[in-house]
Amino acid sequence: MAQFLFEADLHGLLKLDTPIPNAPPARWQRKAKESGPGPSPVGVSPMKPANRSHSSSKTPSKTPGKSGSKIQSTPTKAGGDRYIPNRSTMQMEMANFLLTKENDPAEESPTKKEQQKAWAVNLNGFDVEEAKILRLSGKPQNAPEGYQNNLKVLYSQKMTPGSSRKNSRYIPSMPDRILDAPEIRNDYYLNLIDWSSQNFLAVALDNSVYLWNHASGEIIQLLQMEHPDVYISSVSWIKEGNYLAVGTSSAEVQLWDIQQQKRLRNMTSHCARVGTLSWNSYILSSGARTGHIHHHDVRVAEHHVATLAGHTQEVCGLKWSLDGRYLASGGNDNLVNVWPCTQGGGGDFAPVQTFTQHQGAVKAVAWCPWQMNVLATGGGTSDRHIRIWNVCSGACLSTVDAHSQVCSILWSTNYKEFISGHGFAQNQLVLWKYPTMTKVAELQG
Amino acid sequence: AQQQLGREHQGITLRGSAELVAEFFSYGINSILYQRGIYPPETFTRVQKYGLTLLVTTDPELANYLNNVTEQMKEWLYKCIVQRLVVVISSIESSEVLERWQFDIECDKTAKDDNGPREKSQKAIQDEIRSVIRQITATVTFLPLLESACAFDLLVYTDKDLAVPEKWEESGPQFIANSEEVRLRSFTTTIHKVNTTVAYKKDSVP
Repeated sequence: MAQFLFEADLHGLLKLDTPIPNAPPARWQRKAKESGPGPSPVGVSPMKPANRSHSSSKTPSKTPGKSGSKIQSTPTKAGGDRYIPNRSTMQMEMANFLLTKENDPAEESPTKKEQQKAWAVNLNGFDVEEAKILRLSGKPQNAPEGYQNNLKVLYSQKMTPGSSRKNSRYIPSMPDRILDAPEIRNDYYLNLIDWSSQNFLAVALDNSVYLWNHASGEIIQLLQMEHPDVYISSVSWIKEGNYLAVGTSSAEVQLWDIQQQKRLRNMTSHCARVGTLSWNSYILSSGARTGHIHHHDVRVAEHHVATLAGHTQEVCGLKWSLDGRYLASGGNDNLVNVWPCTQGGGGDFAPVQTFTQHQGAVKAVAWCPWQMNVLATGGGTSDRHIRIWNVCSGACLSTVDAHSQVCSILWSTNYKEFISGHGFAQNQLVLWKYPTMTKVAELQG
Repeated sequence: AQQQLGREHQGITLRGSAELVAEFFSYGINSILYQRGIYPPETFTRVQKYGLTLLVTTDPELANYLNNVTEQMKEWLYKCIVQRLVVVISSIESSEVLERWQFDIECDKTAKDDNGPREKSQKAIQDEIRSVIRQITATVTFLPLLESACAFDLLVYTDKDLAVPEKWEESGPQFIANSEEVRLRSFTTTIHKVNTTVAYKKDSVP
């Protein structure tokens, strides 16, 4: 065992306790020095030849202490913090080579350079080396102090402070009933539930439709699609509550009789899934992913009586006004179109109004029951605003920021209020007073 | 507006195309500044353009700054010497680049030689531009939140031998270290083609 002691002694004599003097400063140290005096308005100093810029961010940075600290195993001596006990396990030559290699990068062979250049041209579409990068100086001042990027506040806060005013009536904060809805499709653009005037709730769960009888609590499975890949994309009750219209992903619009639980009609006229439906006495309007809206007269064999082409992307919101004079449609192209019930002069349907103010898909569309020609619309994630319009004048009567994706709006028939349903990010229901647009209640679930 | 009507019947000329693209950049940059929250939303106002409601800044200094860029871009596009416009969004405190919007420009240089206007309706180009702007608006659904206060920078890639005009200076590309890239739609006026991509820093915390 004696020879190991001797070796240990020898190593002990040869070891270096202090960091290497006069070593070239590490790359990160150099960078820190450069950008030391704060973000310089003059701009970052030009990087090395542009064809290396793709790889520059990945260049490893080795520091003298780094290779040693990983292999340290013996405990440190008291009183020193740079004590590296056993340098024999470090690869001094390797470390030295890597350090010095960083100082002269242009060691590649000419063919490798050619190849890199060819790649750069390929990726960039032009020779980046031949391009000059210019930056406009004299940048305008940034947003004022204390301005916090409101998007963060928007998407991360959990609870918005509710109205402090005491409500004059009691609004329960817990739901009355919770129904299980397994397999329901989580797709913003579909309209999968509808409540009938006979107090039945129709719910589309993937490829079947279930009816829930509110009075008895009974659940019936009304239908199931034959083809396993087809799913239901919309449901809508006729005003009387005895027929249910069902739109599918295979572009069909089906009509079902509830009493007999039988399919009456299968109307095909669309080329893409039917995401939304709306009834106007015997006219059923359907909106599809192509952006087209079709009117179907369900009493006659030739059901497809009109086509309205006003959207370039999926129609996700569709509502006839209560007097049947106008049809409002909202699409993924951020437009709201208001259509008349009769054709114009040329035999074509043209919208009487088009609203472009929403910055997101418009799925929530609802007509005011007590005021004529008043329409409420809500925008998706990019927009989050609820807007009230007068469709005759085209004016936007009021706007309110709801802070969350607006999925649907329903006006109350008993109070001068409307409720909005939200998705990302707060997933809540908000009750608003109209026309003051103040929050009456906020329901979480 | 009258000029534009005239252009609609005449087809697309090089100068017309340069104007269209420069205009698109102006509205596009405004949209990015609004959507990403670089400046407070109260400082933006709504205007009608391309059949959409777009938001542009009311801050006079910023509007002036963007105007300079638009005018300069018009000139460079007309001469077909600009290849790329980049909007760099970086954190003010750490100077780290968080987002990088890159607009690649492909210029058909033969348009400089032949004097006849190209066949493409204004409406078709407007529709294409509209799709791109809508996509920019919709990116908020997947781009990571910008947590800290940010500032923006505009970089332009031009031909090497271009004389650097007043108010401009040379700069580095300001790439993002560990980025995720998304390619948006492109539009073309038959003379200029613009491809849009947005690169953002990959979230380090899953």
